[in-house]
Amino acid sequence: MLHDKDRVFTNLYGQKDWRLAGARSRGDWDGTKDILDKGRDWIIDEMKTSGLRGRGGAGFPTGLKWSFMPKEVGARPHYLVVNADEGEPGTCKDRDIIRHDPHKLVEGCLLASFAMRAHTCYIYIRGEFIREAAHLQTAIDEAYAAGLIGKNACGSGWDFDLFLYRGAGAYICGEETALIQSLEGRKGQPRLKPPFPAGVGLYGCPTTVNNVESIAFAPTILRRGAAWFAGLGRPKNSGTKVFCISGHVERPCNVEEEMGIPLRELIEKHAGGVRGGWDNLLAIIPGGASVPVLPKSICDSVLMDFDSLRDVRSGLGTAAVMVMDKSTDIVRAITRLSKFYKHESCGQCSPCREGTGWLWRVMERMCTGHATSQEIDTLEEVTRQIEGHTICALGDAAAWPIQGLIRSFRPEMERRIAEARASARPALINESVGEADGAAA
Amino acid sequence: MPKLTIDGREVEVEAGTSILQAAEVLGIEIPRFCYHERLAIAGNCRMCMVEVANSPKPVASCAMPVSDGMVVRTNTPVVAKARRGALEFLLINHPLDCPICDQGGECDLQDETMAYGQDRGRFAENKRAVKDKDFGPLVKTTMTRCIHCTRCIRFITDVAGVPELGATGRGENMEVGTYVQKALSSELSGNIIDLCPVGALTSKPYAFTARSWELKKTESVDVLDAVGAAIRIDTRGNQVMRILPRTNDDVNEEWLSDKSRFSYDALLRQRLDRPYVRRDGKLVEASWAEAFAAIVKRLKGVSGQSIAAIAGDLADAEAMVALKDLFETLGSPHIDGRQDGAKLVGPRGSYIFNSGIAGIDAADALLLIGTNPRKEAAVLNARIRKRWLRGGLTVAAVGPKADLTYRHEDLGDDPAILAAIADGSHPFSATLAAAKRPMLIIGQGALARPDGAILLGLARKIAEATGMVSPEWNGFNVLHGAASRVAALDLGLVPGPSGHDVEGILAAAESGEIGFVYLLGADEIDMARLGKAFVVYQGHHGDAGAHRADVILPGAAYTEKNATYVNTEGRVQRTRLAVFPPGEAKEDWKILRALSEALGQKLPYDNIGEVRARMAVANPVFGGTDVLEPAPWGPFGAEGTPSSEPLVSPIDNFYMTDAISRASKTMAVCTATFVGCAHERTGTHG
Repeated sequence: MLHDKDRVFTNLYGQKDWRLAGARSRGDWDGTKDILDKGRDWIIDEMKTSGLRGRGGAGFPTGLKWSFMPKEVGARPHYLVVNADEGEPGTCKDRDIIRHDPHKLVEGCLLASFAMRAHTCYIYIRGEFIREAAHLQTAIDEAYAAGLIGKNACGSGWDFDLFLYRGAGAYICGEETALIQSLEGRKGQPRLKPPFPAGVGLYGCPTTVNNVESIAFAPTILRRGAAWFAGLGRPKNSGTKVFCISGHVERPCNVEEEMGIPLRELIEKHAGGVRGGWDNLLAIIPGGASVPVLPKSICDSVLMDFDSLRDVRSGLGTAAVMVMDKSTDIVRAITRLSKFYKHESCGQCSPCREGTGWLWRVMERMCTGHATSQEIDTLEEVTRQIEGHTICALGDAAAWPIQGLIRSFRPEMERRIAEARASARPALINESVGEADGAAA
Repeated sequence: MPKLTIDGREVEVEAGTSILQAAEVLGIEIPRFCYHERLAIAGNCRMCMVEVANSPKPVASCAMPVSDGMVVRTNTPVVAKARRGALEFLLINHPLDCPICDQGGECDLQDETMAYGQDRGRFAENKRAVKDKDFGPLVKTTMTRCIHCTRCIRFITDVAGVPELGATGRGENMEVGTYVQKALSSELSGNIIDLCPVGALTSKPYAFTARSWELKKTESVDVLDAVGAAIRIDTRGNQVMRILPRTNDDVNEEWLSDKSRFSYDALLRQRLDRPYVRRDGKLVEASWAEAFAAIVKRLKGVSGQSIAAIAGDLADAEAMVALKDLFETLGSPHIDGRQDGAKLVGPRGSYIFNSGIAGIDAADALLLIGTNPRKEAAVLNARIRKRWLRGGLTVAAVGPKADLTYRHEDLGDDPAILAAIADGSHPFSATLAAAKRPMLIIGQGALARPDGAILLGLARKIAEATGMVSPEWNGFNVLHGAASRVAALDLGLVPGPSGHDVEGILAAAESGEIGFVYLLGADEIDMARLGKAFVVYQGHHGDAGAHRADVILPGAAYTEKNATYVNTEGRVQRTRLAVFPPGEAKEDWKILRALSEALGQKLPYDNIGEVRARMAVANPVFGGTDVLEPAPWGPFGAEGTPSSEPLVSPIDNFYMTDAISRASKTMAVCTATFVGCAHERTGTHG
């Protein structure tokens, strides 16, 4: 279990002052100039050695990402964009960081921008985050007033401007290139990669997009040293992470923990355990809506980090742990997620635009059992046709929950179909569905 | 240059090429819907997926640039599955209404489903239905068929430059439309019909009139403006069913203006299908012999000095050379092929678009003089926009204020500005002088006015002072509005010594000095000024000229004859006979040849080969077709001070500029929609 001394987000619960004075008392903005004085290469090397992996879901090493930015500023300026469009269902870590520890983020923005030679940073915050945006703006204003950012930030000689931009509410705008499109005032639709944002990003300039949590970690890592951070967690999955535990637990909460903590320990220590005891557990989605659901048998022993969860064919994602006990209608739950993806698909790529709606409609029938068992195979195949065939990862995200459901709960789906068949009068919808297979596309 | 392997075959292509283009070099076909080589890359249909070694996922080949040593496979099970998958997704919400769809038979979705799709579908839910949009009188929509490839959006936004189309809604609720319903105001809107890979956007005038496989296709060129776009005339029986663009990278790329595309319905309307002779003030039907007899009778004993001829905007070179020869033998110096009164005469370099239309791609500074290319040559204007979008082109205009779809400096419409640019006192002359490839485009709005020769002279001064004219680059460009004009000038259809030009002919006819006027398709002159003259009108539409005529000789429209036209660049091109002229109408040069015989002055050619040989003697440019050669340059234009009359564009209604488009119902509807009716519509209309 994480010791209090190793905690990064010491005001995650908002019990202390979130403003500049309070933040300073917790060590923020302490010696920022000294860090800046150590130079860009040092900062990027520290970030690389710390082993910090992006906290937005994909887990790409942050230091490496920073090093992709051009080494010299050419004709086009560099930009840092912070992704605060936290929209992944089940995830609520960034909003607590912004609400209660905004100065960690602001300081992180300065350090990261400096390391990447960006004079300007934009924070793209989810439009629904009203209070969060207000706190963050206050923090930015305080930092400007105190000379921490702005011209000659922290007395380092580096000019740095930080802008807060409020999104208009679309899940897809959390995808980095769609976020850039939206920030530019266009329709939020992911862009083709290549070119990658580090080459051609915001306004066609080199840009790095980072998650709030990744950036907020940076000041502490740079102050306490990469070795300290790397010493926490497991190899290649180092450091701490804010987990968002929700669902059928006694005390849903956000909690910062070491990477690689066993899932069961995480829930029992911090969330008061599963409602009705561990044995009442049905399944857990370990990393936000887009990762496959894990049945209890796997939850018993799995560790919470990127690689361990990948090994059980799920993912850490945003570490939004959604716990479902045995009272859950698991098919209905996944159907709800399908509906979410259908609603949030941007409509660009054919597989995602058409496929998400198809998946949802079949899932709706699966809930009631008005389907055939061959259709489960079709469903699985359709998810495979979407996965990996789209511009961004939303197609994958729509496919994975259903794949996880079929992998772990196929018997439950079959049972419903059999039940519906048994109770149905002849020539109900399931019959005609079976025959419709033969119809042309 | 990167070298890569596609399906085991090596190919070396330029850096920045996409895998799809590299495969095309090898002749390997990769199916696609959203990709189009002249539009921005969207990469959203996911049909062109290929496998690339070391890539965990299949890759969209249209959007992936090649890199050295890349190994690509386009024929693996993974690729086949990806294509099948993409097609299945496109089809689940696509109505299977092919039998009643105008795109049937030439539909990319049909073709690719046949080639790559499955033989059955697995989608058992209800299909989506989308409300149709009203895009105006030209483009018909069936939005349920839309596969969201966004080609139309990219065309209208990037190429046409009127950002009126977009996608609203998200996911499966995404719809292509104008948001606030309106007609597409682009002059190039018809091209989205060709671009649409399915039947979502089809041609409104063509709707349900023919199936693509029953049409005979004839390759020809367009004559409704002076661009000379390459077209394909689709006919069934003896009727033109539609006109489509062909690819000609040097002229129209593969676009066509709406006027050229949709005026074809006029080929069946207001046609002159038999000769007429005026008797007792009324035009009555006559035979060819009677019509000729009436002309012969009128010309008997008349001196060449009192007869005149004017060639109109749609006249072909063969007819014009015959007209010129006939009037020369009749002893008349009064002949003019510039019915708008353009003050163009001189070395060939003074009246053509010297840089060529493709030369626009190289220009870096452009001065527009008295022209609105968007209305006068819509396709050419799109070329300027394309060049402008690439960056590094400065455009300024002396002339009418207009939205040209690209940013340009409006210098004003006072001709005196030209003098300032010519003598270097205007700031824009420095811009032109500093440019590597400066260009000017002077339109008929500047030339067809009494001081046109002075303006032409000023334009020449600007060209010479700013280094536009050199052995390897000539940026002095005249933009014509009429397809016949350059050929007329090439053949010397200008008044001989002591001859009258159009203005002179009209004045002389008014005063009675000229008693016989031969109009070869000339409709855009003031007929009231022809006075008491005996007027022969040879042409194909019952327009202004035919109404005034004393004898009408029915000719052939451009779809009905093998004829030569020279576009504004000086490019000699040929139309081909797609249908036969209606009724007793004849090819135009044959009419003149027959008339010459009736007049006892038989012209020395009996077939089209001999006519063309005669043309080549008159001007060697007619010796070949489709070649551009540097035109001779020399002094032209006049000295003097231009009048202070503001410069205007000669076209105020893009949709109706000649006898054909004026007779078109489609163009009339367009005029009502986009230009506005002359009268307010009232409750009793329709």
